[in-house]
Amino acid sequence: MPDLLVADLSRWQFALTAMYHFLFVPLTLGLSMILVIMEGAYVMTGKEVWKRITKFWGTLFGINFVLGVATGITMEFQFGMNWSYYSHYVGDIFGAPLAIEGLMAFFLEATLVGLMFFGWDKLSRPVHWLVTFLVALGSNLSALWILVANGWMQNPVGSEFNPETMRMEITNFMEVIFNPVAQAKFVHTVSAGYVTASVFVLGISAWYVLKGRHLGLAKRSMAVAASFGLLSAFSVVVLGDESGYALTDNQKMKLAALEAMWHTEEAPAPLTLIGIPDQRTHETHFEVKFPWILGLISTRSLDGEVEGILPLVAIAESRIENGLHAYEAVQRLNDNPEDVAARETFEQTKQDLGYALLLLRYVDDPLMADKETITKASFDTVPNVMMAFFSFRIMAGLGFLFIGIFALAFFFISMKRKVPKWFLRVAILAIPLPWIAAELGWVLAEVGRQPWVIDGVLPTFLGVSSLSASQVIMTMVGFTLLYGTLAVIEISLMLRAIKAGPGGRILPEGVTSEGPTGGRSVQFDV
Amino acid sequence: MDIPLDYATLKVIWWALVGILLIGYALTDGYDLGVATLLPFIGKTDEERRLVINSIGPMWEGHQVWLITGGGALFAAWPYVYAVSFSGFYLAMFVVLAALILRPVGFKYRSKRVGKAWRRNWDWALFVGGFVPALIFGVALGNVLQGVPFDIDRTMRASYDGGLFGLLNPFALLAGLASVAMLVVHGASWLVVKLEHGPVMDRAVKYGRIAALAVIVFYALAGIWLWQSGMGYRIVSDIDPQGQANPLRKEVLVEAGAWMGNYGRYPLLILAPLAGFAGSLLAFWALGRKSPLAMVGSGLAATGIISSVGASMFPFILPSSINPTASLTVWDSSSSHITLFIMLIATAIFLPIVLAYTAWVFKVLWGRLSIEEATSEGKY
Repeated sequence: MPDLLVADLSRWQFALTAMYHFLFVPLTLGLSMILVIMEGAYVMTGKEVWKRITKFWGTLFGINFVLGVATGITMEFQFGMNWSYYSHYVGDIFGAPLAIEGLMAFFLEATLVGLMFFGWDKLSRPVHWLVTFLVALGSNLSALWILVANGWMQNPVGSEFNPETMRMEITNFMEVIFNPVAQAKFVHTVSAGYVTASVFVLGISAWYVLKGRHLGLAKRSMAVAASFGLLSAFSVVVLGDESGYALTDNQKMKLAALEAMWHTEEAPAPLTLIGIPDQRTHETHFEVKFPWILGLISTRSLDGEVEGILPLVAIAESRIENGLHAYEAVQRLNDNPEDVAARETFEQTKQDLGYALLLLRYVDDPLMADKETITKASFDTVPNVMMAFFSFRIMAGLGFLFIGIFALAFFFISMKRKVPKWFLRVAILAIPLPWIAAELGWVLAEVGRQPWVIDGVLPTFLGVSSLSASQVIMTMVGFTLLYGTLAVIEISLMLRAIKAGPGGRILPEGVTSEGPTGGRSVQFDV
Repeated sequence: MDIPLDYATLKVIWWALVGILLIGYALTDGYDLGVATLLPFIGKTDEERRLVINSIGPMWEGHQVWLITGGGALFAAWPYVYAVSFSGFYLAMFVVLAALILRPVGFKYRSKRVGKAWRRNWDWALFVGGFVPALIFGVALGNVLQGVPFDIDRTMRASYDGGLFGLLNPFALLAGLASVAMLVVHGASWLVVKLEHGPVMDRAVKYGRIAALAVIVFYALAGIWLWQSGMGYRIVSDIDPQGQANPLRKEVLVEAGAWMGNYGRYPLLILAPLAGFAGSLLAFWALGRKSPLAMVGSGLAATGIISSVGASMFPFILPSSINPTASLTVWDSSSSHITLFIMLIATAIFLPIVLAYTAWVFKVLWGRLSIEEATSEGKY
């Protein structure tokens, strides 16, 4: 039975390093695509200004990209370091998409990214564009495989427990790849990345316009960001990953939690706009509800029922009881793989094995658990409703805000109107918002999945390594110092590069810009 | 699904493939680590250091993926090994991670400002990012050869008895130094291929030749130590190569000299350590003549040395010093039959593609690098 403190610390460390990693990922995903569009304009029109634009945003891309790569290594190593039982328990399935990500995607983007920066005068225009395109393709494919892995944690298809090896093993790899949860997550996540980069490009360009600098660059960049951003903002909202939430009991629980829906409502269920959920009393105070909407969104029908939290807890309770038979059968099979009766019991109850493991939080031998403990464990299947409820609302609200911002930007630009100053200011202020939305999206996905690390299969606290708390605290302090320092350096370099504008990649200290000449007349030497 | 290759064959194929990924990492990123280790010694001025850094600047990022893919392959093909080693070497892994995180940032951020202190700090970060992983990878292999203090209970939960400092024992440090020297030779050889002739290359040659002699000495010492000290493990019970992956169903004993046994059984394996020595000698000779053959020599040395570790230990991957029976071997620590097969297909498709575009990038960037080119605007 692992140390619960070590499990909590390891969760904090994972959350810290993953959320930090995800500060860089969405910008890499989106900005690489925007570079493809911009350089595409250069290749097609042959206009030098598009090359400058590409190189300028490419510089910012580069500063961001390295930290994404550097912090990504931590993610890959951390499963083994802090979650070694998890790694053993599901490595047979979970390891494959990570390895394929390396082979198919990460090699591609990392090998070619050097050429993207060093290859401008070694390659013809179309070939250089192709390199940029392949870097973007690599980044996006990378996201695909990581989300196949994460999607499997949310909806563990195509696999089953093997009592002889005491782990989950693949039964159908195609199901793992084409897991609907993974596919929905992929589209949702890369679209969020595109929105992030579009808001970034729009905001920085707006700042240039407001300052009257680099207007040639700023206006063209704004046009690209507005149109690409508008499309992406629609897709991130419309293709949200709620559609996958009807698939399993735990996904249903996540849906019920983010809606703070304690009881099953009559179909089609209403959507709670806002309220204050109370996990202790199982009520939501000060609710404002819209009829029908939730049922329509999540079941795509008028009569599909959305189950509430308490009925799902009751289901969990019976699954724990059923899972105990599987647990006992596994013990017997482990002693004697030929035990036919145990094999039969196991085959009938194996889908609930993970539920019996929830009891290990309270007792050393789940078979000894009394009714009260089982009930207590069944309530563990409810995630933190408050966090799920609010992170979802803030994320979704921001999603709609982005549509509004891009729609306005698109309107001003396509109508050839002068963009008003208030809108430029809004665009600048909006720069941090997509990061907030993206991070909250992950909070919802991962906190909403608790208490499971693999939905219904392995409780999080069991996945942890046999480490001491002091070891984990040491690395947590180490990561915090290292990552904190790098964040300060990264942001200061970004700001310098933005202040310097195109053509100002290295400047003597103290000098921040080429002067007020704007993009068009600056000598371009990069 | 019918799997056209039997389980035991796939287990051996994956043993070889993990070796290939490791060797791929040593051959590519290995010279980046070596060059970064040499950086403070061969670059005396800012321009010279710029030159050294740019000799690896455009390619190291792709090279590093060998390590990341290697980690992924370990996870996918040998989940037990990945789980036990990464958590067992916990703090050492953190040190490697921190060093590897400094490296990309150092490459990219160093040139963004001209301040002296700024650049000096990043130069040191790059040195640490090269030297520390090179050392720790060797130290880790040194510990694996001796056996690692872990145990596995019947739920397959691994526990570990020992900390960071237990890893730094004399034999492991010797292995660490051998690893640093080996990668320094490889780095120096790369500089002989990549740089215009000049003082930086002369210094690289000087240190590279010293390192080549050091490799020969350290490697020979480690070999003798291994032979004489009673290191080694042997499976004494039956083990079914086709069997399911459960490391607790065999019996293993510590046996002095067992790591030399494979060379008696399969005499051809002796080619691996021979390549280690011959490659180092070739590198020593070719570095003196500033011949590109140095790269062949250092590559051969790295391939031979890494292969010799695998060859000595087969079928062991990660022996346990406190409960030898829990040792992880090729036969009982892999993924399921079907996963090994799927991963083999994926590797067979994508690895050749990776090699093809890596070769293309080498070709595009081919040619010697001069200080003028390295320090001109926009070349970093």
